[in-house]
Amino acid sequence: MRVVIAEDLALLRDGLTHILDAYGHQVVEAVADGPSVLPALTRHRPDIAVVDVRLPPTFTDEGLQAALAARVEMPGLPVLVLSQHVEQLYARELLADRSGGVGYLLKDRVSNVGQFIDALRRVADGGMVMDPEVVSQLLARNSGVQPLQDLTAREREVLGLMAEGRSNAAIAGRLFVTEKAVSKHINNIFSKLGMPPSDDDNRRVLAVLAYLNS
Amino acid sequence: MDSSVRSTIWQQLRPGALAAVQGLAVALLSLGTNVALFALSVVSLALIPALGIGFALFPAVTVLVRLSLTAQRRLSRWAGTPIASPYAPVPAGARLGTWQRFRWVVSDPATWRDFAWLIPGTITGGVCLLAFALPAYGLEGALFVPLVLYLTIDWYGYGVFWPMDNFAKAWLSAPQGWLLLAGGLAVAHWLVWLHFRFAGFFLAPTRAQELALRVRHLAATRADTIDTQAAELRRIERDLHDGAQARLVALRMSIGLAEKLMADDPARAARLLSEAQETSGHALADLRNLVRGIYPPVLVERGLPGAVEALALTAPLPVDVDVQLPGSPPAAVESAAYFAVAEALTNIAKHSGARRAWIHVVHRDGVLSLVVGDDGRGGASPDAGTGLAGVRRRLAAFDGTMTVQSPPGGPTVVTMELPCELSSPRTSPSSGTG
Repeated sequence: MRVVIAEDLALLRDGLTHILDAYGHQVVEAVADGPSVLPALTRHRPDIAVVDVRLPPTFTDEGLQAALAARVEMPGLPVLVLSQHVEQLYARELLADRSGGVGYLLKDRVSNVGQFIDALRRVADGGMVMDPEVVSQLLARNSGVQPLQDLTAREREVLGLMAEGRSNAAIAGRLFVTEKAVSKHINNIFSKLGMPPSDDDNRRVLAVLAYLNS
Repeated sequence: MDSSVRSTIWQQLRPGALAAVQGLAVALLSLGTNVALFALSVVSLALIPALGIGFALFPAVTVLVRLSLTAQRRLSRWAGTPIASPYAPVPAGARLGTWQRFRWVVSDPATWRDFAWLIPGTITGGVCLLAFALPAYGLEGALFVPLVLYLTIDWYGYGVFWPMDNFAKAWLSAPQGWLLLAGGLAVAHWLVWLHFRFAGFFLAPTRAQELALRVRHLAATRADTIDTQAAELRRIERDLHDGAQARLVALRMSIGLAEKLMADDPARAARLLSEAQETSGHALADLRNLVRGIYPPVLVERGLPGAVEALALTAPLPVDVDVQLPGSPPAAVESAAYFAVAEALTNIAKHSGARRAWIHVVHRDGVLSLVVGDDGRGGASPDAGTGLAGVRRRLAAFDGTMTVQSPPGGPTVVTMELPCELSSPRTSPSSGTG
């Protein structure tokens, strides 16, 4: 995959480049400030952009703004946003266009290299990856709301993993059950939430997140 | 009568009626206490040469004078012309002896200005009786004279007609009564207002006293701020010491041991390394929480509007957010405002049982005002819980105030105000609610 990185700390920029290299991906450009992000993305049209939320010169949310702007200009451009902290607010903004190819992770998730590369690939394929912290906050916030109260503990677990962007197979592996059992749980969840069932993993996750985030 | 007409009439009459009651209160208090207090003051002053009785008596009389005049100042606030309290504070230290107490009282100029007020105050306070008596007399003529004459007495006098000895004549009192009632209600407010404007010359703090009061307020809030800062630093130190720092120590131990075991027991070394991985994750989580408590990153990235919106999103109940800020407040004010709103939201989630909450933030006339309300059960008090009291202390450092309206049964509205100027608009756009 061809990757553009936007990260201001040299240590982390180099670390990311090394990891991607090690897994056979090509970092076509690594930029260190907000204004360079959009030109780099338009120039290279990478398979995925890995962007830090906070970048110079203002050290506010320039990276996030650049990522959002890039997706307006190049719809569907896969973007994985990294940050030292996660905010529901940003997750909502990233999910707003409902077109997939979006990831939002804490920076320390990178340390679990295998999972990070996996997430990167899923986002590049038009999938969706949300940090477990975002998902657990969403579930905690909505846990008192009526339809979620009707879910069983196991269904809630499945919903959480789904919202993190995991496939049926991955959820089955994680919960030590068969894939068939997982899809049964998922059908139950959808009928309890009053959503049309869908085979498309990505649309499914988007629906759940949009539902929780509304 | 139609209820809206009734309420319109009441709206017209209300200020006058209120002023009439205020006038009565002023008159009763002034006439009832001023002269007696003046006499007591004079006697106690006269007794000063007499073997020290006066030294003890005068401060005691002063206490009474201040009680009465403090009540009169409270009335002035009620009447909308507030007069602040001018008294010098009790000198610090242990119990005051008779002589120190006397010196404190005598050296406070407010004592003598109070004394000077007692007689003029009796006169203007007496005039304030008119504010009540005129409308009352008017009401009598308008409604009761015919009735009284009809029911009991042979003759009665009212207004310019004396005597009225038959029932037909008694109706003459009605127009006079209405006139007096209307006139009385119209002037009542002005009588009370004049009284208190005049009282201000004697009872309000002088410019020097005002400055002294201000200095005292600043010293108190500064001391509070320093205490709060120190407590914050202690908390941060403890969190680092018991959290991230301890975890980094454990991390180094795991890595060190893994390094040693690498050759002999690679399986165990790998296990230690994955433990180290997990510990480092916990350390980072600790640091994230700590940073959030010091200065929330979202406040840096999005300013107050975005940060308040982010707060609302993580609250366990639906919160409507309305932020109207043409610029951004100074960073310190922003942070204080953020934590104040966060605390108010926490309180709502914990105690109110509310189903909805709302946050309004505006900047008007040099004041940033943050209003947080809910539809819960009410009964919140900044004196009961430490949370809101802490907010009040924090805001005081910026000359900010907090008021809590929370009748039993709700709803609760917490209003926090911080005087500040806004700087130029932020460059980073903030998304709307939705």
